[in-house]
Amino acid sequence: MRAWACYHYELIGYRRTWKGSVFSQFIVPVLFMLSIGLGVGTYVDRGGALGAVDYVSYLAPGLLVSTAMQLAVGESTFPVFSNFEWSRYYYAMQATPVRVRDVLGGLLGFLLTRVLVGAGAFLLVMAVFGAVHSPWLLGTLPVAGLVGLACAGPAIAFAARVTSAANFSLMFRFVLIPLSLFSGVFFPVERLPGWLEPLAYVSPLWHAVELSRQFAFGAFTNAASWHAAYLLVWLVAGWFLAHSSFTRRLQK
Amino acid sequence: MALITARGLQKRFGDLTAVKGIDVQVEPGEAFGFLGPNGAGKSSTMKMIGCVSPRTAGELSILGLDPATHAAEIKARLGVVPQTDNLDVELSVLENLTVYARFFGISRAEARRRALELLEFVQLTERANDRVEPLSGGMKRRLTIARALINEPEIVLLDEPTTGLDPQARHLVWERLFRLKQRGVTLVLTTHYMDEAEQLCDRLVVMDGGKIVAEGSPRELIERHSTREVVELRFSLNEMDELGSIAEKLDGIAQRIETLPDRLLLYAADGDAAIAEVHARGVVPASVLARRSTLEDVFLHITGRTLVD
Repeated sequence: MRAWACYHYELIGYRRTWKGSVFSQFIVPVLFMLSIGLGVGTYVDRGGALGAVDYVSYLAPGLLVSTAMQLAVGESTFPVFSNFEWSRYYYAMQATPVRVRDVLGGLLGFLLTRVLVGAGAFLLVMAVFGAVHSPWLLGTLPVAGLVGLACAGPAIAFAARVTSAANFSLMFRFVLIPLSLFSGVFFPVERLPGWLEPLAYVSPLWHAVELSRQFAFGAFTNAASWHAAYLLVWLVAGWFLAHSSFTRRLQK
Repeated sequence: MALITARGLQKRFGDLTAVKGIDVQVEPGEAFGFLGPNGAGKSSTMKMIGCVSPRTAGELSILGLDPATHAAEIKARLGVVPQTDNLDVELSVLENLTVYARFFGISRAEARRRALELLEFVQLTERANDRVEPLSGGMKRRLTIARALINEPEIVLLDEPTTGLDPQARHLVWERLFRLKQRGVTLVLTTHYMDEAEQLCDRLVVMDGGKIVAEGSPRELIERHSTREVVELRFSLNEMDELGSIAEKLDGIAQRIETLPDRLLLYAADGDAAIAEVHARGVVPASVLARRSTLEDVFLHITGRTLVD
């Protein structure tokens, strides 16, 4: 299958950098858990704002999906842009029987692999910090995969449309960072100023955080399936957006 | 049966018509060239033949199939060498071939066998495990050509195959392409190097402003649009302004006299006879050169000397 060939291509390229990235996949969550989880957590727990739940356990499932989103989006920017603008490798693929959907399928498959491996590493870190409370925790893995792909689609579309890599730092600064700060990872969105709160509900990350937290504690609300559905909508819409942006860019 | 047939083929980008209805036929085993200045529509035509750019109007058939409906089937049997190398510079030389083979559904073992054979063919065997990044321009070009051959294509499309290469590298590429031709592979190339067209092409078309303005073998085109020989007369600096009146004095010596800013070109069947006549009329140029007419003369005659950017 042609999409597998594209997936294989991504893996071969990743072989050069995997050591560094696996290392950082363990280090980054450890740093966050230490600084925010334990550091800030001490104050939160003292105040008893979360009731019976300790702050590290509250934070971890949110951080997990937030990290997944950042990984997937990060890998959808420069690498995609480079294959259009610098190495122009997508144009080489275009000369073969491979279609746009194969290239995208291979890329998303690769991102899914990366996110799942990263999220798996994160779960190990959580276990070390004693933040495991339910066997349902394993359900956070598909949530991480889903939010990664849901956000990768629009990011790929963006990377296929921009003409300068400088746009990515704007995207990181004005979209990605605010998203990860105001999507309920570190504190409940009800604490946001009233005018900002509705924006959190639009964010796919907020839905993923809610879902992930429900899995982490094995306690589900009626909203769970709506969160999943919302992420699926992003995934499907993102796919079509990425597909049309790719096709357009390749015509140039 | 012709491998490529185009009838009234057109390509428009918004208001701009890049290809204005061309007719082309390429036969099996032929080396066919598109010649033309920048913006003539060569690359647009190549992209339509390569099934990556849909045609706006007209008919196009490649290997008996329509690119609009059978792009993947056609691409499976084409090899493409683009104008700018688009190798994956992070991968090794060998990986660039084996990974690409997978896009054609070639098995891992077969891909490796073909890749090693092709590296031999383009003389890159020693570099097989090196990264692509530090390779010279000529080596990258040869690797791109090897990659285009991984699916054993029936037609190889080459868009300016030797642009930017030094003379040694160019000759090596030509020699390899010539061997492909001997093996019966059909070559379709664009170039603005006249020597390249003369070396490689059995038949070619000259494109200008999106249209075909001349067609034939290199020999035929020279015979039709130029003379057998050309005499170049250069004059001293203080005579430069009088080139026009000198040309008048030489009237009738050659079939055609072209006045350039720095010299006169005499298009004549017999260059030496023309030179003798020049001297007989008392004209003393600073330097005289009689040479055989080339495609360059044809090309400049047809497409004009104005610089196109």
